[in-house]
Amino acid sequence: MLYIFCPTCQRDCDETELSCGGQAHLIRRDHASSDKDFYKYLYERKNDKGIIFERWRHVYGCGKWFHTARCTITNQVFGSYSAKEVQPPKSILATIRRYRVDFKGWGK
Amino acid sequence: MSSRLPQEGSRINREKTVDFRFNGKNLKGFDGDTVASALLANNELLVARSFKYHRPRGIFSEGEEEPNALMGIGEGPYFEPNIRATEAKIKQNMNVESQNHWPSLRFDFLSINNLFSRFFAAGFYYKTFMWPRAAWKYLFEPMIRRASGLGNAPRDYDEAHYEHIYHHTDVLIIGGGLAGITAAKALSDRGLSIMLCEKDCVMGGRYLEDCESGNRERYKKLHKSSMEILKNSKDISVKLNTTVTGIFDHGFALAYEENQHSDTATKKALWKIRAKIIILCTGAIERPLVFPDNDLPGIMLAASVRDYLQKYGVLLGDQLVLTTNNDYAYKTVIELKRRGIDVPVVLDTRTSSDDPIIEEIESLGVRILFGKCIGKVEGKRKVDAVGICSVNGQGTIEELIPCNAIAVSGGWTPNVNLWSHCGGKLLWDGESGFYKPDPENTPIGKEGETNMLVLGAAAGIFGDYDIQDQVPRKINQLASRLKIKSKRYIETNIFSKEPEKKGIPTYVIPHGASKEKHKKMYIDFQNDVKLSDLQLAAQEGFENIEHAKRYTTLGMATDQGKTSNINGIHVLSQILGKPIDRIGHTTFRPPYKPIPLGLIAGQYAKKLFKPIRKTPIDKWNSRKNAMWEPVADWRRAYAYPRGNESLEETLSREVLSVRKNVGLLDASTLGKILVKGPDAGQFLDLIYTNMMSTLKDGKCRYGLMCNEAGFVFDDGVVARLNEQSFLCHTTSGGADRVFSWLEEWLQTEWHHLKVFIVNLTEQYSQIAVAGPKARELLQSFKSVDLSAEKLPFMHFIETYIDDIWVRVYRISFSGELSYELAVNSNQAEELWNKLIKVGKKYKVQPYGTEALHILRAEKGFIVVGDETDGTVTPHDLGMDWIVSKKKKDFIGKKAFSLPYLNSSLRKQLVGILTLDKNKVLPDGCHAVEDGKAIGHITSTYFSPTLKRAIALGLIENGRSRKGSTLEFESSNKESIFAKIVEPNFYDPEGTKQDG
Amino acid sequence: MKRYSFSSIFTEAFRDNLGWEKAWAKSLPKKEYDVIIVGGGGHGLATAYYLAKNFKVMDIAVIEKGWIGGGNTGRNTTIIRSNYLQESSIGIYEKSRFLYETLSQDLNYNIMFSPRGVLMLCQTEHELRAMKRTSHANRINGVDTKMVTPEEVKEIVPIINIDGPRFPILGALWQPRGGTARHDAVAWAYARKCSDYGIDIIEQCEVIGVKKKREKIVGVETTKGHIKAKKVCFVAAGHSSVLADLAGFRLPIESVALQALVSEPIKPIIDCVVMANTVHGYLSQSDKGELVIGGGADGYNNYSQRGSFLHIEETVRALVETFPVISRLRQLRQWGGIVDMTGDRSPIISKTPVDGLYINCGWGTGGFKAIPGSGWATAEMIYNEKPGKLASPFSIDRFLEGRLIDESAAAAVAH
Repeated sequence: MLYIFCPTCQRDCDETELSCGGQAHLIRRDHASSDKDFYKYLYERKNDKGIIFERWRHVYGCGKWFHTARCTITNQVFGSYSAKEVQPPKSILATIRRYRVDFKGWGK
Repeated sequence: MSSRLPQEGSRINREKTVDFRFNGKNLKGFDGDTVASALLANNELLVARSFKYHRPRGIFSEGEEEPNALMGIGEGPYFEPNIRATEAKIKQNMNVESQNHWPSLRFDFLSINNLFSRFFAAGFYYKTFMWPRAAWKYLFEPMIRRASGLGNAPRDYDEAHYEHIYHHTDVLIIGGGLAGITAAKALSDRGLSIMLCEKDCVMGGRYLEDCESGNRERYKKLHKSSMEILKNSKDISVKLNTTVTGIFDHGFALAYEENQHSDTATKKALWKIRAKIIILCTGAIERPLVFPDNDLPGIMLAASVRDYLQKYGVLLGDQLVLTTNNDYAYKTVIELKRRGIDVPVVLDTRTSSDDPIIEEIESLGVRILFGKCIGKVEGKRKVDAVGICSVNGQGTIEELIPCNAIAVSGGWTPNVNLWSHCGGKLLWDGESGFYKPDPENTPIGKEGETNMLVLGAAAGIFGDYDIQDQVPRKINQLASRLKIKSKRYIETNIFSKEPEKKGIPTYVIPHGASKEKHKKMYIDFQNDVKLSDLQLAAQEGFENIEHAKRYTTLGMATDQGKTSNINGIHVLSQILGKPIDRIGHTTFRPPYKPIPLGLIAGQYAKKLFKPIRKTPIDKWNSRKNAMWEPVADWRRAYAYPRGNESLEETLSREVLSVRKNVGLLDASTLGKILVKGPDAGQFLDLIYTNMMSTLKDGKCRYGLMCNEAGFVFDDGVVARLNEQSFLCHTTSGGADRVFSWLEEWLQTEWHHLKVFIVNLTEQYSQIAVAGPKARELLQSFKSVDLSAEKLPFMHFIETYIDDIWVRVYRISFSGELSYELAVNSNQAEELWNKLIKVGKKYKVQPYGTEALHILRAEKGFIVVGDETDGTVTPHDLGMDWIVSKKKKDFIGKKAFSLPYLNSSLRKQLVGILTLDKNKVLPDGCHAVEDGKAIGHITSTYFSPTLKRAIALGLIENGRSRKGSTLEFESSNKESIFAKIVEPNFYDPEGTKQDG
Repeated sequence: MKRYSFSSIFTEAFRDNLGWEKAWAKSLPKKEYDVIIVGGGGHGLATAYYLAKNFKVMDIAVIEKGWIGGGNTGRNTTIIRSNYLQESSIGIYEKSRFLYETLSQDLNYNIMFSPRGVLMLCQTEHELRAMKRTSHANRINGVDTKMVTPEEVKEIVPIINIDGPRFPILGALWQPRGGTARHDAVAWAYARKCSDYGIDIIEQCEVIGVKKKREKIVGVETTKGHIKAKKVCFVAAGHSSVLADLAGFRLPIESVALQALVSEPIKPIIDCVVMANTVHGYLSQSDKGELVIGGGADGYNNYSQRGSFLHIEETVRALVETFPVISRLRQLRQWGGIVDMTGDRSPIISKTPVDGLYINCGWGTGGFKAIPGSGWATAEMIYNEKPGKLASPFSIDRFLEGRLIDESAAAAVAH
């Protein structure tokens, strides 16, 4: 039962209040894109066994979306940040590096 | 024989007798007795039959580890099967029944299985019952099913009340023994909230029962002062009768509270606890030794023998043999001798022991035989004598000693289940012979921090002195790690450092036992897993502990292997010649203690199970005996039958009233989402397939939403309220989904747009007034002018009906002249009543959702969910007109260009008219061509208006098939032929909607 | 291999069962194989078996990072059915169900296929219409199902509550030859036969790298060394993305935890499988007497094989409502399996961007029932180097083309 910090409410939220929206920082492909790029945007997901950046909505709460960095093996959460960010904040990347020396970076 | 001693028993109140029934026999116990202690007090040694061989079994333990004594307890709506006799307290007039036997506990027909046990070795099911093939279903499996299964299921509906309780705490201490109590004291007064859960009805765990008799007063004094401290510390809350049964991610613990009072119904609650730190003080469970005939009634764990004496004044037998591999179990002998009970012999698997307790026992005149163990037990359904043999021998009996009870101890296993539930790893401690928590691999909390600390016996620390020494130290360390108020907690250790009680890890005795003996050496009692079964499993290659477990069912019974796991792992390691730590262990999974399903459901059952959403007009609908249809969480009026009408007649009446006069529909469930802001139009252009930004104030436009894959997702009418506000209507079932969808795009993709969204679904109710007389009806309210000039089609106005504010949309889902009236929900019922009253003159009738569906089908209007199923594009629906060519971008646009979405084989929406006009096509039937399905019916009705069957369907390349006749297969035997036509059966020119 | 028969059991019973051999041989990897199957679950073992049986390909290794059948094969609710809506789904699931019918005899191992019937409840008008559509699709495609009335439902399952009140039962789709099987036994039985064919089953052997030469597969790097192969197939549900990553491509898959639970065993109360999609839960009773219960999957990616309590709670609530008498039975054990979820919730049996590398994945919550058919179709694809009729609809390309196989119209919840 995850307990994740909502950056809008500034408090931890129980999993029952949240809904997960999958991979964060996807770049939407519109009609001008190639079929291949569109497929990648729509279906191909980073599905790492390890650290992922993902979207959550505090659906039974403030209703706001936010992003987290989480480890899919241990469920450790490295921090939450606004869904408007186009990349993870440096502080969160630093936290991840503190725990995972082999972390390659968020886009890899 | 077992009996009750004339005095003592810390848990019972001898002043209060409790009557109960066991298998129809009236028995007496005392207030505070468990079913197990009361049965033993009444000399009921045989209390159960095992799962597979239906072997006679007795009470083996005193707690939650009990593998044998499972009972059906209670009656009627309170009957519960598979209850551990050791955990249930007796209550006045309680009915207790043993399980898994026929015709009676004493004479169980299926104990015949025992005779054939040579055929029933582990895994025999997999090798047989295959011929003839049908016999498995009709013969073998039914036989096996009937024989297995332990207790009977309850027959009556549950009437118990269950609740869930949520609790947040800084620290959760699990277990109220010496370690738990000391931890609570040490943590107190540091500004933390502390919760301590103890599974038992009293605090103290084992330390009061197990202390040396000379120290008892000192211990009692400590306990009393500790209890005072806990009671007076405002930061500590203690929950008795509460077993923490599961640990989940991020410090979430599930605890099962069960309060059993002899006079009242048992209260059950599920605690959902979120803790920053969890301190595990769950103690240890005594392990049996595996020896031949070790499953007879009258054999019990040594500490449990002691517990029954001290807690209930109950004696397992008056001639009791102890077999042990450790010093600790000798405490049982001391307690027995103190009461003058005969202990003919103690069999110790070790060669010697220098513990002073040995001398003490010898001085009491008890014969101790080192290097000896039990080679066989004589007796049928009870213990008559033990045969003594050498530990290292093959089990040759050297001496037969009469006795009527056996206490057994194979050492203690730390209770580490909860440590493992959420990722904690275990370490094998070879010296002590058990798995204990690995301090390097702890469960972690949400920030990766170690969030569990294990203390006392659960950590493999057993002596009272050591515990009282360890706990304050560990707590002080924890405090400084957490940087909490770091006063150092110091407690004078009242215990004296005693020589450590030692044992050697022995599990199976005698070591050289023969094959024949292996077949009588039980490891898992409840599932009848014997040593020989594990040997066979290993022989057949089921070497991995998980394979062995699944092949033999070791540890899969209702006790989840609490007493059998370690012994099983040891046996496997012996057979395979591999060290135990390379065998590993199976995964511990929640729940530690089984939780009633009704309790998991909690208070959200029956009436509170998915509460029904009702419209403000629901009461009226209800008074009119409406038939209901669930739509998402709503209930909607499906039809309003009158008198003896058939459903067909009702629907026909409702449809025709709309076509001829005027009908009223409660459309309140329609989704209503307000999209507001300077960029609202731009935003909606991205959401809908058609253009919304160009919509003029006061006008409405029908819109379609697709997902990115190009499939229709929702539809509805959008009204532009003013420059910056759009009110978007959605399907009833889709309102919440669409609202989330809009929020998601707005917040995560187009967050630069200045738009707010509000879900107003319940704010406004909506009433459709449809039919040729709709205008007349509404015009009869003085203030309202709804002339075609004042309110053209697809426009809306805001006005008052009497003094009720309404927004009147002139839109039509039936093809008739039609208005939809939005009204503040608190006035909806009033407005509805006015319309009904005034409408009488115009023969107004309410109509339900089914008539609505027929009306729209006659017009060929789609319903999302009927004509669409998540795989249908606007193009498939023939709705190209609604897909903007001008817009640069909208959700779904890209997908429309994908090859498969433009395939000529796609199914397209068509109208379908059966050649026999009275023949209504069955729901969901398919058109077939050359034996292949080429499409299906999406909506099919008998049209009261057209007096013929009509249908809509999605047919491969359907639009090009117009005019042709297709075969629809309605069953194996029957086909119906129908013509493909334009999907618009009624008033195709659309003249009616103007009235 | 010693056959399992009445006479062998009888003989063995009288000599302490000493004559039984290892069900499958414990092999060490050779240097090279024609085919390496990565993943020793039901699907992987079945693939190897049908390669040998149908195509006489014998030089195969099945490599498994843990113990065989230890993934989702041993962590599911054992339901077998083929009452699907889309033709391509019906194709593979019905093939599978058909193979299950005789699998015990075929493999000489009682996998306890029990065609006890599968009942899919309809609790809304909409669901009823959708299920009727499925029943017609089933009939046309040769799957034996029929719609039954609420009264018939009550007759089949006397403990069911058909009156609601929240969601009264309006009907159900009944597949009389659907049912359950003993999940572990399916893996063991295939392993035993594979081993008999001389296929190497290598446990405790994890793939840690993929060897390619010019985008063609040449072997795999494992914890037991380098193994060469002409063809490789990944059949490792839950870890498909991890393996694809090693091979240098991505899949349209997310890994989530699906949970299930069993109750304590009780005497028989329900003889078939019941699936309630509106309230989201399904239930059957094992031959041991335990009620086997499943429901929804967690909503977030997870490799931890443990899940949240949330879904357990929702599932149990739904089933207590549907079967009120189970309220006083107790949950004995819960567990989680990591399942592959694809974009359209249908599986992938496909070639990959790497020549000679094939993949079988994406079975979501419903892989167990597909084991024989999936193995059959995957073997055919590997042998012919292109998917056959059963597998071709399930290629990865379908996502690129928009050719989704969406079953959601038929059931809100898949298994």
